[in-house]
Amino acid sequence: MKLRSLLFILGFFTACAAQPAKPTKPEPVPPIAISANPYPSTYHAASSAPTFIQHATVLTGTGERLDDADVLLVDGKISAVGKSLTAPAGATVIDGHDQWVTPGIIDVHSHMGASPNPGVRGNDDGNEATSPSTANVWIEHSVWPQDPGFTTALAGGITTLQILPGSANLFGGRSVVLKNVPSATYQGMKFPGAPQGLKMACGENPKRVYGVRKNQFPSTRMGDVAGYRAQWIEAQEYLRNIEAYEKKVAAGDKDAKPVTRDLRLDTLAAALKGEVLVHMHCYRSDEMATIIDLSKEFGYHVVAFHHAVEAYKIANLLAENHICGAMWADWWGFKMESYDGIQENIAMVDAAPGGCAIVHSDSEEGIQRLNQEAAKAMTAGSRAGLKESPEHAIAWLTANPAKALGIADQTGTLEAGKMADVVVWNRNPFSVYALAEYVFIDGVLEYDREHPPAKPRSDFYLGQPAAPGVTP
Amino acid sequence: MKRNSIVFAAVAAWALAANFAGAGSVLIRNATVHTLVANGPLDGTDVLITDGKVVSVGKALTAPAGATTIDGTGKIVTPGLFGGLTYLGLDEIGLEPTLDDPEVKLGQMRPEFDVTPAFDPDATSIGVNRAGGVTFAAVTPTSAGKEGSIISGQGPIVTLDGAVLAGSQGLYIDLGADISELTGGSRAVQYMLLKQAFTEARTPNLVLADDQRLLTPAGRQTLLAYAKGTAPWVFDVDRASDIRQVLALAAREKLRVVIAGGAEAWRVAPELAVAGVPVILDPLEDLPANFDGVGATLENAARLDKAGVSVAFSFVDPESHNIRTIRQAAGIAVAHGLPWEAGLAAITRVPAEIFGVADRVGSIEAGRPANLVVWSGDPLEVTSVAEQVFIGGKLEPQVSRQTELRDRYLEKLRQNAAR
Repeated sequence: MKLRSLLFILGFFTACAAQPAKPTKPEPVPPIAISANPYPSTYHAASSAPTFIQHATVLTGTGERLDDADVLLVDGKISAVGKSLTAPAGATVIDGHDQWVTPGIIDVHSHMGASPNPGVRGNDDGNEATSPSTANVWIEHSVWPQDPGFTTALAGGITTLQILPGSANLFGGRSVVLKNVPSATYQGMKFPGAPQGLKMACGENPKRVYGVRKNQFPSTRMGDVAGYRAQWIEAQEYLRNIEAYEKKVAAGDKDAKPVTRDLRLDTLAAALKGEVLVHMHCYRSDEMATIIDLSKEFGYHVVAFHHAVEAYKIANLLAENHICGAMWADWWGFKMESYDGIQENIAMVDAAPGGCAIVHSDSEEGIQRLNQEAAKAMTAGSRAGLKESPEHAIAWLTANPAKALGIADQTGTLEAGKMADVVVWNRNPFSVYALAEYVFIDGVLEYDREHPPAKPRSDFYLGQPAAPGVTP
Repeated sequence: MKRNSIVFAAVAAWALAANFAGAGSVLIRNATVHTLVANGPLDGTDVLITDGKVVSVGKALTAPAGATTIDGTGKIVTPGLFGGLTYLGLDEIGLEPTLDDPEVKLGQMRPEFDVTPAFDPDATSIGVNRAGGVTFAAVTPTSAGKEGSIISGQGPIVTLDGAVLAGSQGLYIDLGADISELTGGSRAVQYMLLKQAFTEARTPNLVLADDQRLLTPAGRQTLLAYAKGTAPWVFDVDRASDIRQVLALAAREKLRVVIAGGAEAWRVAPELAVAGVPVILDPLEDLPANFDGVGATLENAARLDKAGVSVAFSFVDPESHNIRTIRQAAGIAVAHGLPWEAGLAAITRVPAEIFGVADRVGSIEAGRPANLVVWSGDPLEVTSVAEQVFIGGKLEPQVSRQTELRDRYLEKLRQNAAR
């Protein structure tokens, strides 16, 4: 593919531009100084004593179920998982009899903090619905860390979540991946080193927001696709111009005119280079297939189709293209493009050879119980004759979302060396009665059902006579 | 059909055929039966259904000649479930204006508006949710939108064979923050308008200029009929202070009121218990959708039940497509302190009582229509499924638009077809 190799070269040169100027070159024209990380994470896990969870049923997230097994957390990392381990001196010991241990739950689709509760006008920051392409916006600049939904999600075992811009636009903006820890700033929650995502949207939403409500482009699905293509063409041109400029600078051309920086095209260029991961809101099978062709036309990769209500119709196509489906267990019918939703969607995407199924929420309610959503999907799959098991299905809400977020080497499974993001459940988590007893994030006990903190975690509830108490 | 129901002409032929197909007897043997009238579950119990009705509930019943027998060993039998306050049959597709009938946008207070004629018994969500064990639901209007009214109008209870239950109408009123744009920006106006509506309804000779009048003659008659105290006034309110206002209004006007939503109802639990006012709440509501719900908690149902308040369940967003998950919501309430029996009652007997249809739905008792479900296990558990669903004694098919879609594409998946 000519295009792909060209993009690779462009990527190489722009990567060089980020390096400090070499002292050997005489008076180089300084390249545009673009910070690769202008809003850096300030999150550091507190230090924690070793924790030893013993005699529990352990779902590792790698497909294994270990009965009567132990999990050891040391210095914020998973130190060991197995049978008959020994607790180090000074470790906090948790008796795991009748309890189940899983990796921390990860939601790839949340609007927490950006479209928070209470949903008043002053808090409505999730959709920059003023132009079909707002790839220039970053959702982290909307995140209100006091959204009480972070706490209720924590009670459901959520340790990591991706906050996405809304789906009004073809290009909604950049996402951010957060650790579900209390902080007065979003930087204090930012998952260190996690790549940003680019939220894009198919279908009805952009049509409705621009065509129906404003009589603007796009008003049709063909308009949607023309809109994506026009933007990607601009992004390719932007990359080419940067490359030409860098070549001139490298050749010592003092009159080289820098390319005017454009935040929107920065994002699109980063997506073309694979530095920003593309998350695509798409319901219908035909549209997903179009988007797969589109991504090949411009040489980028879609990591996941979100909602993907018709993914079951093209489960093999998604698997062949290494694209995850991030889905609900049973939502359907609330709009035309969700009319063909079925309860077996997740199980069928999973059943395709190489398939990658993710249970997502897109909801401050659903995020509190992704385990139950997975249980429903398993039940529907079993009833349809597909093979389901807790040790396999747990990956739908741990390992697979970690993969789609580009953080699978750090979290998502209970493997030695990974972040100690761990949930201890009071029973098999695939049950309506299952409750998280303890939630650890980087080895720190962030949630303890029996011993809640004296004050609510969100500032919002302080001094509110109506507040329900510290039990979420 | 012998049942006390209105069957629309459009479905009359289908319903008759269904009744014919269901003639004869069905005996469910050796199940754990939750009748909702007996105290606790009945183990190793049989249920005999003949001619659409439950004939007998007991041990070792004899199957009449030709009866179909279902082995209930290891199964749980409950009344068919209540889907909540819904748009069932009114919103085939929620966001499509041509398929969305729950709203009246006349810019007037029209309590005489009744959604019943818009109810479509062929809505695909009926079959989908029936297969999930839901057999009855409230079909409700909504006041949403600037051209609406705080009094949304009336809606009936339907069974999920497409029948509308006679005499089951409720009157729906929406108060509070989510509707303040309708009432000049202040929620105090909501109470002012309600007071005037009662004055108009109760004062037959009242002379008012057209632009000062709230109600049509039909609207006045509707309010008077509901003010007699038989049918419920369903008030959608969340904030504790609004719930207290509604209780005061109910006492003053002698209304039979029900609180719907009720995010902060637990804070008013003693007053609700004394007034005998039930609450239809969403067990999942634990975050403040707006400032009316600062007190929202997963323990709302448990705290109300403990205080002696009757609790029923509905999703706060009254759509129709996924009401089959109401049993999951009940299970979540149980996980947060509600006794299991109260959780089941909240989606069976209690809503049937609230809407005056307990003689037809919500329990299993000899002489009553056989609306019941055989479950693979605990009906509140997400890993259980509805195996057989009976409405009016008829075994409903476990086939829906969704199962047909599934079967078509399961085959494709097995053939490893990419497109």
